[in-house]
Amino acid sequence: MIKPKVLILSGYGLNCEDETKYAFELAGGQGQIVHINDLIKNKRLLDDFQIMAIPGGFAYGDDTGSGNAYGLKLRNHLWENISKFVTKDKLVIGICNGFQVLVNLGLVPALNKKYGERQVALLPNESTRYTTGWFDFKVISDTPWLAGIKEISLPIAHGEGKFFANKEVLNEINKKNLVVLKYSNINPTGTLENIAGITDESKRIFGLMPHPERAMFFTQLPNWPLLKEKLLRDGEKFPKFGPGLQIFKNGVNYFK
Amino acid sequence: MINRIEVSSRISIAQAINVYTIKKNLNKNQLKEIALSLTNPVYQKFTINKPTLISKFTWAIETGFLPGVTDNVANTVKEIIKDQLKIKFVGDEDVFSSQLLLIDGKLEEKDVIKISQGLINPLINRIHFKSQKQYLKDNGMNKIAPQVKLTSANQVDEVNLNISDEELTAIGKSGIKNKDGSSRGPLALDLSYMKAIKKHFDKLGRNPTDIELESIAQTWSEHCHHTIFADPIDEIKDGLFNYYIKRATVEIRERKSRDLCTSVFTDNSGAFKFDKDYIISHKVETHNSPSALDPFGGAITGIVGVNRDTIGFDMGAKPIVNYFGFCFAYPSLKSPLFRDQEKKQPLLSPRRIMDGVVAGVNSGGNCSGIPTPQGFLYFDNKYQGKPLVFVGTMGLLPVKSSAIKKARPGDYVVVIGGRVGQDGIHGATFSSEALSSGSPAGAVQIGDPITQKKLSDAIVKEARDQKLYNSITDNGAGGISCSVAEMAKESNGCLVNLEKVPLKYPGLEPWKVWISESQERMTLAVPKNKWKKFSELMISRDVEATIIGKFNNSGRCVVNYHKKTIMDINMRFLHDGLPVRPMKTVPVKNVFKEPIIPQQKNLNEVLLKMMQRLNVTGFGFISSQYDHEVQANSVIKPLQGEGKINGETSVVRPIFNSSHAVAISQGLYPSYSEINCYQMAGASIDTAIRNLVAAGTNPDKIFLLDNFCWCSSNDPQRLYQLKKAAEACYDFAKIYETPFISGKDSMFNDFKGYDEKGNSIKISVPPTLLISSIGIIEDVFKTVSIDVKFPGDLIYILGETKDELGGSEYFAMNKYVGNNVPKVDGQKNKKLYLDFFKASQKQLISSAISVTRGGLGVALVKTALAGKLGIEISLNKFHGKQTRNDFTLFSESQGRILVTINPKNKKEFEKIMKENAIKEIGKVTNNQRLIINGLDNKKVVDLNLKEIEKAYKSTFKDY
Repeated sequence: MIKPKVLILSGYGLNCEDETKYAFELAGGQGQIVHINDLIKNKRLLDDFQIMAIPGGFAYGDDTGSGNAYGLKLRNHLWENISKFVTKDKLVIGICNGFQVLVNLGLVPALNKKYGERQVALLPNESTRYTTGWFDFKVISDTPWLAGIKEISLPIAHGEGKFFANKEVLNEINKKNLVVLKYSNINPTGTLENIAGITDESKRIFGLMPHPERAMFFTQLPNWPLLKEKLLRDGEKFPKFGPGLQIFKNGVNYFK
Repeated sequence: MINRIEVSSRISIAQAINVYTIKKNLNKNQLKEIALSLTNPVYQKFTINKPTLISKFTWAIETGFLPGVTDNVANTVKEIIKDQLKIKFVGDEDVFSSQLLLIDGKLEEKDVIKISQGLINPLINRIHFKSQKQYLKDNGMNKIAPQVKLTSANQVDEVNLNISDEELTAIGKSGIKNKDGSSRGPLALDLSYMKAIKKHFDKLGRNPTDIELESIAQTWSEHCHHTIFADPIDEIKDGLFNYYIKRATVEIRERKSRDLCTSVFTDNSGAFKFDKDYIISHKVETHNSPSALDPFGGAITGIVGVNRDTIGFDMGAKPIVNYFGFCFAYPSLKSPLFRDQEKKQPLLSPRRIMDGVVAGVNSGGNCSGIPTPQGFLYFDNKYQGKPLVFVGTMGLLPVKSSAIKKARPGDYVVVIGGRVGQDGIHGATFSSEALSSGSPAGAVQIGDPITQKKLSDAIVKEARDQKLYNSITDNGAGGISCSVAEMAKESNGCLVNLEKVPLKYPGLEPWKVWISESQERMTLAVPKNKWKKFSELMISRDVEATIIGKFNNSGRCVVNYHKKTIMDINMRFLHDGLPVRPMKTVPVKNVFKEPIIPQQKNLNEVLLKMMQRLNVTGFGFISSQYDHEVQANSVIKPLQGEGKINGETSVVRPIFNSSHAVAISQGLYPSYSEINCYQMAGASIDTAIRNLVAAGTNPDKIFLLDNFCWCSSNDPQRLYQLKKAAEACYDFAKIYETPFISGKDSMFNDFKGYDEKGNSIKISVPPTLLISSIGIIEDVFKTVSIDVKFPGDLIYILGETKDELGGSEYFAMNKYVGNNVPKVDGQKNKKLYLDFFKASQKQLISSAISVTRGGLGVALVKTALAGKLGIEISLNKFHGKQTRNDFTLFSESQGRILVTINPKNKKEFEKIMKENAIKEIGKVTNNQRLIINGLDNKKVVDLNLKEIEKAYKSTFKDY
């Protein structure tokens, strides 16, 4: 069986490419980190991949708005290739800063297939402060990326994750079930309607604020020492992996 | 032509308006395209060369940077414009960012001035304001392009040293004189150094040039050369560093059967072998003086700077963990200090310093994608004149990528990263001096983490393993004057063509180019045949790389400027020509008043008060704004358990497919210093080690770093305290067999200025020694956390508890210092730690917390709150010697760990620990109460956990 190929973008301050690649490989994919300038030099490289991932980070230091400058660079140099990629039966994931890039690039929600049009925004958190911590999320609509997941605990870490859209756009997004992931109980950023992740209409392009790659191992869980002690007393074995890995498995398994 | 684009929010009028000033001729279409690219249409709108108007406002306030201050947003905008419009910026064409606030309310001009002062730091910011009327009349704010304009370029002056001793002293203290009589800023060279320089140049039959003298000052500075630790002191001919710190490491390494150290003291970081494939480095720096002037800029350049000590370690390690420690005055303190007698130069308030420093490390770490799990806060009003800002970075280097740095004759001297400006002139010599009104504002810098991130990725992820360079080092203090001269030792000489150094703006004098501390730069030795590949790689990663000269073996450090030689110094003189200054110490023994504290039957209130103390309370507001999950290596986070309580130790697993983890922690007890610096250092080392052990670290694989932040280090009594602390470092490192791998010192943390009444005042930090510890946990699953886990678990106190409260938090709470400082019994503790490790390896430990500042009382609260379970214990019959309930509860006796275990493991645990002073003291309960029974077994504390948590988390609630 050929492993699905995953292109993970890097450069200009993106910083989660290594762990994102590792997560996809744990999930059975074949990852390759490609610097945006190398992709610009060799645009057709994208055609070789089944999945494109824009990982988390701090591209351009969030100057002029998170995801804006990196989105502009992709738009200026790679738009044709990217729009071709998304119309095929391929997958895209944008995590945190990657989600912010997807939103600025107009790949999500891309209502009425208007890929390239900015329709929603991720604004500074209500606290106006960078916020990091683990939170509970619920899956409220389907996407291949979240297959089989109903609830999930994941960490967030961002300064601009407050989802915003005007009323009409929001209504349409809700009507088309494009909001796929919401905070369950606590809303740490003041995000609209607890929204934490959305897709495009094809459901194949997925942007989310939390970081599943930071929940790929059991020892990344905030309460793993307690869980371990319990398993120890019950005479059971410790698991190796965490809940976030399933998202990467879902992406890879889409092509199997 | 100057264009001005204003971008404002359509959904919130309270938000600042982003202003982009573009100095460049652009047509209407171009401007519109730029404005569109800077505006998010979903919620923003823009104006071009027209003012933003809203219906209701009374004043317009605009804040921006002063000329020459790093403007990261503007740099990004310039990149966007260049990429979008395919145009270039030439000559003085540039972009500047600023922020405009349109505020409402009945405000007089003096109110607006007051508001403005709260918005800016006058050392780095400019501010402009207009009334609504004026704003409308002028058609908005003025278009201002804050550019640096220098006229003094190309000037190289000879400095006449054939002058009197007084004049030599004056040059050494205040700097070379300009033609107009003003001084260029501190050289920090005392008369003996000035005379040595004079003698050297007399022999050559000439005077030095300004750049030569500045260069020598940088290289010989306390900051770079650590003369106080190097020079003879009393009977110790080799100096404190060699005799105590280094000797400890050398002797430990000789004795230890498996010496894991790979790099000690010589390189930019210390390092040890992590497993067969990887090396871990660690380095802790301070950035105190810059943080006093500009807290945000000082802190961010501190953390991003120490990241470069990692990138510049060996052939380039990847930064994998950031670490911080802040010592501040009480944020509520309101007694303003001034740098000048006229009270025109106020020091920033402790609260502003704290906010700025916290934000600086946030920005530096978060933007760089480096997790910051571990750190501490410590408060004492003696830090009002100079805060201490410790910043550290752990790095990861594959063994196969490691090589000995060796710049070879013929290699190019290459600088990469940021450009050189006026910022950070005299940083090294300045930090070797006390802070006063003469302190140069030019020493202020702002970091640019993204420029550095690009550089870091290009080096440690690509160029390093393609073996494109022979040597690499960081440009820190002293800029290229230090980095090039240091690296030139490897080849024994260099020739630099200074005009090749890329500048931020024209007109910089050569001596400034040479010593500027502009950030985000590294120096490399690139062989000729690798240059093309190296250069192409850097271009493709958007990192500026420039050849500025060649290494050679001439034995000289030569600098040319437009083909004229302006510096030509013998390498040996430059590095080793400084005269030795033997020091004498004078013993000091302070005796403080013995505290008189009435005994209380009930300690509920006392405990609650203790938990609110600045040095004890939770600082979750920092832990939850510093990303500690990035790089996916987090194992034990800064906030532990369901209750999210700050622990003393963090653990990371840097290699995804390895079971090995690394634990880091620290020990610091400045409150013991004035009583006994020897015991202070002992307690710091014991705590730093114990904190790691309690988390499951192998005591045999622990390494230490020392950071001495002293005061008035020309005072023989302060030197005596220093000597005693260094002696303790030797003694305890030897006992625990924990080698020092790296260290740094900052010797003059004093402030000389004026109080509110204009009286002259000197505030010195207490002698502060930070011991940072790092160790290996071979099996990540055997890591131990601080939270109690199950009701019914047994609670033990390991180690002896004595009435040792001298310098304790409890005495401080009662406004005493006391004298009976904790004394460390290293041999006993070592045995305990080794046995504890055996028990933790057998997974017999359910939770463990090291007992530190605030004693057992604080440890009990933290372990209970973290686990969200009750605890009931008795203070009766502990090992050691106790006299009172409060003293027992808050004693800071070292060598103690509070442990919970599964009752089923009792026998096995006690068997392993049998040769140690351990005592079962109570149980974990189901009832959400902390109950402490006293020495006579009568209840002294009975509190609901909710109540305690409220107290513990109250102090920084609004931060």
